[in-house]
Amino acid sequence: MSRRATLATARRLLEQLRRDPRTLALIIGVPLVLLGLLKLVFQGREHEFQQIAPPLLGIFPLTVMFLVTSVTMLRERTSGTLERLMTMPMSRGDLVAGYALAFALVAAVQGTVASGFAIVVLGLDVQGSTLALVALAVLNAELGMACGLGLSSLATTEFQAVQFMPAFILPQLLLCGLIVPRDQMAPGLEALSKILPMTYAYEGLADVAAGDGSGAAAAAAVTLGFCALALALGALTLRRRTA
Amino acid sequence: MDAPPAISIRGLRVDRGGRSVLPDIDLDVAAGSVTGLIGPSGSGKSTLMRAIVGVQIVAGGSVQVLGEPAGAAPLRRRVAYVTQSGSLYEDLSAAENVGYLARILGQSTEEARRALDLVGLSAEADRPVGRLSDGQRHRVSLAGALLGEFELLVLDEPTVGLDPLLRRELWELFDRLRDAGMTLLVSTHVLDEAGRCDEVVLLREGCVLATTTAAGLRRRTGTDDLDEAFVRLIERADAERE
Repeated sequence: MSRRATLATARRLLEQLRRDPRTLALIIGVPLVLLGLLKLVFQGREHEFQQIAPPLLGIFPLTVMFLVTSVTMLRERTSGTLERLMTMPMSRGDLVAGYALAFALVAAVQGTVASGFAIVVLGLDVQGSTLALVALAVLNAELGMACGLGLSSLATTEFQAVQFMPAFILPQLLLCGLIVPRDQMAPGLEALSKILPMTYAYEGLADVAAGDGSGAAAAAAVTLGFCALALALGALTLRRRTA
Repeated sequence: MDAPPAISIRGLRVDRGGRSVLPDIDLDVAAGSVTGLIGPSGSGKSTLMRAIVGVQIVAGGSVQVLGEPAGAAPLRRRVAYVTQSGSLYEDLSAAENVGYLARILGQSTEEARRALDLVGLSAEADRPVGRLSDGQRHRVSLAGALLGEFELLVLDEPTVGLDPLLRRELWELFDRLRDAGMTLLVSTHVLDEAGRCDEVVLLREGCVLATTTAAGLRRRTGTDDLDEAFVRLIERADAERE
């Protein structure tokens, strides 16, 4: 591993984002618009908003980061830049670590801004630790980033990469407990929900908001574990030699 | 005694999609030379170059580069590869593109600027690459190969889209690099450029048709026109096959 190559890559990705303010605005802005919309949809039903907003505080950024990173990495493969990098002193792990570093910074800003907006502007009432809520929201954005990198190699075109979003996110949304409580699902589905990362994101955020901080650390640990797994998958599925 | 070849290829086979792209290549490229890889598009030039820099999946044979198997980790500091597409980040400036490659190699921003200067692009250094012409983009990409301490440059069609003056400047640069001790493998489909090479390798349908010099090519085919010489060689090869 070369720390130099990792840092150079993170810096280059941030330079690219700086050159693309519209993408940056979408990354930060889309979760805010969605949360604002949620508040309006639940107007007059404050109790329901208070219940549903915290988990979505993680899920919106997760979705956005998933798309952004999977398309960015795909572009690296299709534009020929990856091929050139693979002839240079840079390991596959260096490249993925550079991506993780740059987008972790973006995810941290995104998750922090989204939680701040929900609490200050939308009046989200956090019973438990606000810090734990923000940390979990940020971790979810990081999870989206890591999964985007992990699954990017399955797509060969940008169309496919975009299709992975519903294929990857929507089943988890159905199974995480947001729509139907997990203990009311068929046993097979409940078991399946236990191996999906978003389930833990949902429960951690919902618990913290409701004042039960006992599961927050476990939820954070599981989310971090999924992140590490997805990043390792991303590095292993990059190919130095191609056909 | 001659120095060992910079590149030594024996029995290289590359298949793609069930089709044989390079059926069986044997080739030596002399160290300290400018060798032209010449052939029509689709003849396998890029595939051969990809095999030499170690990013091509090969079906068989051996490719030795600077005494190591192609793609070996130590070669990543010794061999520079410039792809035909240029492999640039369109949204970044020329200086940022080359600066990124420089940082990977542990070099400074000044060295990136110096490389851009060598290819005559100092004035365009801060413009986004996406707004440069094809020829300028190729030169940005080439600047990345002038960083560091590369011993072998593998350049895939570096002179495409350049006007004759720039083309001549680049070939003069290649000569200077060779004189400084580097080995260059340069692909082109412009036969005129064969005359600027120490040695030319003619590739057709994945096979080496001839390894010669421009003068040797003229002598063998009895014509001064290199295009005509290439046609005669092909005809002769086809006749021999029948």
